[in-house]
Amino acid sequence: MTVDRMLPSREAADLLDLTRQLAERELAPRVAEAEAVETFPAEVFKIIGAAGLLGLPYPESLGGGGQPYEVYLQVLEELAMRWAAVAVTVSVHSLSCFPLATFGTPEQQERWLPDLLGGGTLGAYSLSEPQAGSDAAALACQAERDAGGYVITGTKAWITGGGNADSYTLFARTAPGSQGVSCFLVPAGLPGLTFGQPERKMGLRAVPTTSAHYDGVRLPADRLIGAEGQGLRIAFSALDSGRLGIAAVATGLAQAALDYAVGYAKERRTFGQRIIDHEGLAFLLADMAAAAHAARATYLDAARRRDAGRPYSEQASVAKLVATDAAMKVTTDAVQVLGGYGYSQEFPVERYLREAKIMQIFEGTNQIQRLVISRHLAS
Amino acid sequence: MNIVVCVKQVPDTWAERTLRPEDSRLDRASVDGVINELDEYAIEEGLRLAEAHEGEVTILTMGPDKASESIRKALSMGADKAVHVIDDGLAGSDALQTSAVLAQVLGRIGFDLVILGAESTDARMGVMAAMLAERLGVPQVSLASKVEVDGTALRIHRQRDYGYDKVEASLPAVISVVEKINEPRYPSFKGIMAAKKKPVETVTLADTGLDAGQVGLAAAATEVVSFANRPPRQAGTVVKDEGDGGTKAAEFLAGQKFI
Ligand SMILES: Cc1cc2nc3c(=O)[nH]c(=O)nc-3n(C[C@H](O)[C@H](O)[C@H](O)COP(=O)(O)OP(=O)(O)OC[C@H]3O[C@@H](n4cnc5c(N)ncnc54)[C@H](O)[C@@H]3O)c2cc1C
Repeated sequence: MTVDRMLPSREAADLLDLTRQLAERELAPRVAEAEAVETFPAEVFKIIGAAGLLGLPYPESLGGGGQPYEVYLQVLEELAMRWAAVAVTVSVHSLSCFPLATFGTPEQQERWLPDLLGGGTLGAYSLSEPQAGSDAAALACQAERDAGGYVITGTKAWITGGGNADSYTLFARTAPGSQGVSCFLVPAGLPGLTFGQPERKMGLRAVPTTSAHYDGVRLPADRLIGAEGQGLRIAFSALDSGRLGIAAVATGLAQAALDYAVGYAKERRTFGQRIIDHEGLAFLLADMAAAAHAARATYLDAARRRDAGRPYSEQASVAKLVATDAAMKVTTDAVQVLGGYGYSQEFPVERYLREAKIMQIFEGTNQIQRLVISRHLAS
Repeated sequence: MNIVVCVKQVPDTWAERTLRPEDSRLDRASVDGVINELDEYAIEEGLRLAEAHEGEVTILTMGPDKASESIRKALSMGADKAVHVIDDGLAGSDALQTSAVLAQVLGRIGFDLVILGAESTDARMGVMAAMLAERLGVPQVSLASKVEVDGTALRIHRQRDYGYDKVEASLPAVISVVEKINEPRYPSFKGIMAAKKKPVETVTLADTGLDAGQVGLAAAATEVVSFANRPPRQAGTVVKDEGDGGTKAAEFLAGQKFI
């Protein structure tokens, strides 16, 4: 079913039409195979980059699409309805551009943003470490100042698109303590920078998640984004926006699972009638629909606040919590609706379920979202 | 080179389509409108020729208000401008009348090359290129799977069951294209934004110089006398293998003239 969307402009409606067309023609036919054999769909990113979908929420003056979050997130949702891993990668790419677009100097922006926002290059975001996930301030990767700039030494973990991206928005330590983290834009291919084998994951298998090893990697001083020591502030403000992206992706997953389950329930017959005509199952579907609608309404509210220049950090955490929990519930119930067939890899719903689980974990686990929300309550 | 691509908005081919009982016309209101599929190939070919020969691409559409969606999409793919023929008096026009209207407009705006999709997915008449060429008094080169322009020389491959014929004509001309000719591009978001600023001229029936009595459902030369819904799909034939399954399956296929 085509989601009936409230959009603020005609160009936004045309953009959503274009996204649906691209997703139907280029993503849907590829997803099952690529997820099964774990191959990175480089050609898909070329196509969506050329269509202008990799720079939507950034100003036109920086080479972006100048679209409000309200619109950009609905584009992500449409992509996620066909291929969650691709949508996540687009969201992480946008996240990786945030520090440069928000804290970079005009010279830095002119040098690197047009390629990133124009679809020429793909960015990744590298905050997590093996020993520092939720507790990002515990990160240990070192950036030591020397004559020409910085020397980076240490290990980063869980990089979406690791080894495939063209640049890495890196957070590393220039001094001890929570005020000692700095943000860098690291180009791929530097001597001393290597990536681990892709993690063997439960889902999102077409996009590799890897560690990165920095063995005395030399970085010119102009690769520092923002001021030294400003890193954690930059990382967290980027994540406020990134969380909205994950909420939209999770909503797309829930919608896809709902659509598939409803279609199936109208065909499958037991005890002489369609299973959707058994009230016990119809009400399960109704709850799934309510969860998907609630997820969308919640992320759109946060997005509209962001677009209006109002504080939205609390609402972004609420959206991430609500939408990803909704995705988990709806995808689990979609498997239930299909019965034994839901458990088979011949049908897409078991994949939706596996993909939904990560949404509750990355860009701040849902425990961390509750931490953020409760701090707003207590302040 | 001045290229005009004729574009028709049709009901989404993948949606359930019905005829209206009151006037036997296609119910366009209840289904999303899209650019007729083959017209996307015509637009792409127009854009490629314009890029190669420093030409300009004009989109020409006759249709209701809603057809402006298709015009916008064609402009966002890269066409330069559009002419939208829109008039309540044109509703229900058949192919002959439509070709009369389009020919009037084409005569006025001028062209070196007119490109059309070989047929539309709704009416599937496949006659528009021939009618336009006849009315405009220029060559028709149809079913093109490849187009080359060299000065005023036009060479195409005309798709046939056995391969293709090489056909030559000289500009100005009307060509119709088949799916094999190219791979239509997607619009881009930049294209969508640029389309907002491109000129779209609206033309009324009066502007075409045609008389209101000549067009529309009442004056159409063709009439849908009756129609019936497609019969519901029959259950398939099950061949039980009792040692002679192969023979029975072959007999079934032979009965359907498949083998
Ligand atoms: C597929 C995938 C892709 C990823 N992509 C990226 C990426 O691109 N870039 C990047 O930087 N990172 C990425 N990550 C890392 C991800 O953000 C972290 O895994 C996540 O933040 C959790 O960190 P952790 O795994 O170290 O868990 P831990 O922090 O060790 O948490 C373990 C458990 O303890 C709970 N917990 C921790 N602290 C608290 C607390 N204070 N109160 C209550 N509960 C708590 C957590 O909620 C969790 O349930 C990715 C991870 C995966 C799996």
